[in-house]
Amino acid sequence: MTKALISVTGLDSTGIIAKVATKLSEMNINILDITQTILDGYFTMMMVVDLDGAHLRFEEIDKGLQPVRDELKMTIHMQRMDIFDAMHRI
Amino acid sequence: MIETGEILQTMRMIQEENFDIRTITLGINLLNCSEAEADRCADRVYDKICYTARNLVHTGEEIEKEFGIPIVNKRISVTPVSMIAQGDPVPIARALDRAAKEVGVNFLGGYSALMHKGSTDADERLLASIPQVLSETELLCSSVNVASTRAGINMNAVREMGRIIKQTAEKTSSNDGLGCAKLVVFANAVEDNPFMAGAFCGAGEPECAINVGVSGPGVVKVALESVREQPFDVVAETIKRTAFKITRVGQLVAREASRRLNIPFGIVDLSLAPTPARGDSVAYILTEMGLEYAGAPGTTAALALLNDAVKKGGIMASNHVGGLSGAFIPVSEDIGMIEAASAGALTLEKLEAMTCVCSVGLDMIAVPGDTSAETISGIIADEAAIGMINNKTTAVRIIPAVGKKAGDTVEFGGLLGHAPVMPVNGYSNAAFIARGGRIPAPIHAMRN
Repeated sequence: MTKALISVTGLDSTGIIAKVATKLSEMNINILDITQTILDGYFTMMMVVDLDGAHLRFEEIDKGLQPVRDELKMTIHMQRMDIFDAMHRI
Repeated sequence: MIETGEILQTMRMIQEENFDIRTITLGINLLNCSEAEADRCADRVYDKICYTARNLVHTGEEIEKEFGIPIVNKRISVTPVSMIAQGDPVPIARALDRAAKEVGVNFLGGYSALMHKGSTDADERLLASIPQVLSETELLCSSVNVASTRAGINMNAVREMGRIIKQTAEKTSSNDGLGCAKLVVFANAVEDNPFMAGAFCGAGEPECAINVGVSGPGVVKVALESVREQPFDVVAETIKRTAFKITRVGQLVAREASRRLNIPFGIVDLSLAPTPARGDSVAYILTEMGLEYAGAPGTTAALALLNDAVKKGGIMASNHVGGLSGAFIPVSEDIGMIEAASAGALTLEKLEAMTCVCSVGLDMIAVPGDTSAETISGIIADEAAIGMINNKTTAVRIIPAVGKKAGDTVEFGGLLGHAPVMPVNGYSNAAFIARGGRIPAPIHAMRN
């Protein structure tokens, strides 16, 4: 399984999770875990997703998220989960 | 499952504390490119590098993007050119520079000669060509090994390198002696070093290999901020933990690059390599330990602790550790070192003491332009003696700043930074350097 972390940060508004999740679903990307908080009106969400179902290259998936970035005007960052596993798990 | 706090810690290290992979360096063996005819040899070298490294930069960028970790440099190291150049080495130098530009790397190392015990005709031709080559090429780096624990110190080579460094400075004086920033004189040079300017692909290396250098002095500095006033046991433990995390990412990147390029993984070099950026300084780690400036009494002890803890933390994080591995203390490339040298807190002699316990040596130090070749040779001999006796790599990368005196500044730009010209002990050593010959290997070299 190729897992990635998608972090979404920016000013809070209605429907952020819905829009990100819809786009992921369109690309056939399964969400494995979500954590989300709001601090001083600042929205922070982290999603762990499985990229394998998408049958797309990493770059293409990242590009696929661009319309959501533009629409929500939020920072959406995707990176492979391996880096966190390498750093924090033996 | 990874916890949110851990994810945020990794992100903070990358985004705020300047954690990065400093270099993916592809070692390429050029022994099979040797030809009697210089131009033919140069063509073969060019073709082999362009073919072997064709995907290096692109793959590095891909990994960078997918894993979210900056990989600052993609570089190449090759077999010491004196081992393949049967005639004039200059056409090979030009071919190397062109190949480096063609594949898009930002430095290529290996315009080198290994002459710790003596020199071949090819070594001497290469040495003589260094000033010209470093002034005419852009991306090529040169290194010369003049001593080893096993062989002793080749004082003829030491004498010659003093002159070569002076000539290189003269030829590149319009760029503040930039040529000398691309020239390293080693004792106990290592074969798999991924860091420039001293990288080359040793004779014992495979056809090609991926070597990765990690970095992250800023991460260590921030980690130490949380243990202020605590005893050194805690300091060492904190550095070890941080070095482990940093090196694990280096190992991940190395493995991934090796897999994607289908080139064997060589080593991870677990070094703390600074850049001139604030927050990316090894000197600031030393000041965080309680010193006003790097160079204050206690600096050598602080650096010894740092260097050792980095190794202890890193060694378990990678299955093959190599290269130089430790803390680098280049002056011009580290804002904290620049400040210390400018304030007069850090002298050449203190730096020499520090090189006994750091991973390399006197690095990126600007000295007055009227410093004699013999004085430079003397500095090289002292540094080589430290390496030889202590069984470690030492190096000298020194820049005589033509037309400048102590207190002036030289400017190299980019990762090479800027440096105050440091005063040098000017008492004569001419008769000492004139002797030549070889300083015998120390008694503890006889280990068989």
